[in-house]
Amino acid sequence: MADDLKELKIELSKNGIFTTTLEELYNWGRKNSVWPLTFGLACCAIEMIATTMARYDLARFGAEVFRPSPRQADLIIVSGTVTKKMAPQVVRLYNQMPEPKYVIAMGACAISGGPFRDGYNVLKGIDRYIPVDVHIPGCPPRPEALIHAFMTLQKKIEDQALAGADRPRHLNADLPSEFPVPSFGAHGLEPSSNRDIFTDATGNPLKVIQ
Amino acid sequence: MLPPVEEIKTQIEAAIPGATVTVISNGSPSAQHSLLLDHAHARAVAEFLRDHAEWRLDFCSLMTGVDWPDTETSEKIKVKKLVKAADGSESEQEVDEVRKTKVPGRLEAVYHLFSMEKKHGPVILRMRTADRGEGTHLPSLTPVWRSAEFQEREAFDLYGIVFDGHPDLRRILMWDGFVDYPMRKDYVPPPDDAVLPEVHS
Repeated sequence: MADDLKELKIELSKNGIFTTTLEELYNWGRKNSVWPLTFGLACCAIEMIATTMARYDLARFGAEVFRPSPRQADLIIVSGTVTKKMAPQVVRLYNQMPEPKYVIAMGACAISGGPFRDGYNVLKGIDRYIPVDVHIPGCPPRPEALIHAFMTLQKKIEDQALAGADRPRHLNADLPSEFPVPSFGAHGLEPSSNRDIFTDATGNPLKVIQ
Repeated sequence: MLPPVEEIKTQIEAAIPGATVTVISNGSPSAQHSLLLDHAHARAVAEFLRDHAEWRLDFCSLMTGVDWPDTETSEKIKVKKLVKAADGSESEQEVDEVRKTKVPGRLEAVYHLFSMEKKHGPVILRMRTADRGEGTHLPSLTPVWRSAEFQEREAFDLYGIVFDGHPDLRRILMWDGFVDYPMRKDYVPPPDDAVLPEVHS
């Protein structure tokens, strides 16, 4: 929204007149009812469960309904170590979620492999196969950190434009909503990463030092 | 009470004709010496230990694999040799020579046995494969102790020890199409997997 319109809006609200835009209203509704998938992988999942319980109470942010089916979920919280054997299932669950969908990579393991990085069985970060919206460091992150990540995601949803070239993926029919599921190869997962997803900030595929 | 391992070895060899049992001593303070079994009589020895009236080793609490890669030891020895001096004359002198000995690698299976009935243990059994390549076969002790079933599958999966006589020998942790044995010391992970992406370095 243009700055003068924003000023006008503030000025009107001072005089008891509330104005909004369709975009704001739409995003306000979306950001306050993000339903996560009931999906835990390791010890981070225990912190995720604690976040939903009375003490930290994720329900304050409209995310109390953990859905047991990916078809009903908006958010997948990858909470824990993703083993190579589990990775195809995580990608498949993500593919089964309807748009708009978001990913939080929770904890050191989900973002990079963490302390198990050098293990033969551990995927070195779920961002190799699915696009991650918010990364949370920590081992495991405290519930406050997950809440902070959740608020970061809400801010991201709030800022999404409904039209224009930078509109989000779910409003752009040209962008994919499903990503290739890796297969079990002779020595590891094939391919070892999705080159379209596993990129740096400018969109170039991340090079791997041989 | 369990007798010392030497006594167990003597009794096994007395009870099972042809069985050769070697005591492998453990020099650490725990002094948990173990018994190395030969392949042909391992099953009979296991049954003997399980059914022995006084020992009743009825519980195999742990079974695991060990990888011993090929090693090379070098020792310095003094050798008498003809040495040419600067003026052309030859004389016999003692010369240091390094002699290298190659010790071929092998895989090992270790079993820890306890008795639930007599409340004692452990007795430790070992078996060694011929090498780390083709001859990685060992007799399975799952028919004697059911608790070894999954752990023998794990040793098969991660070390590549083939247990003959195992009722259901399949990979248990890695997927079926996987060809490596990741717990072997010479395992190399796939190249674009083991290293950090540039952004993280």
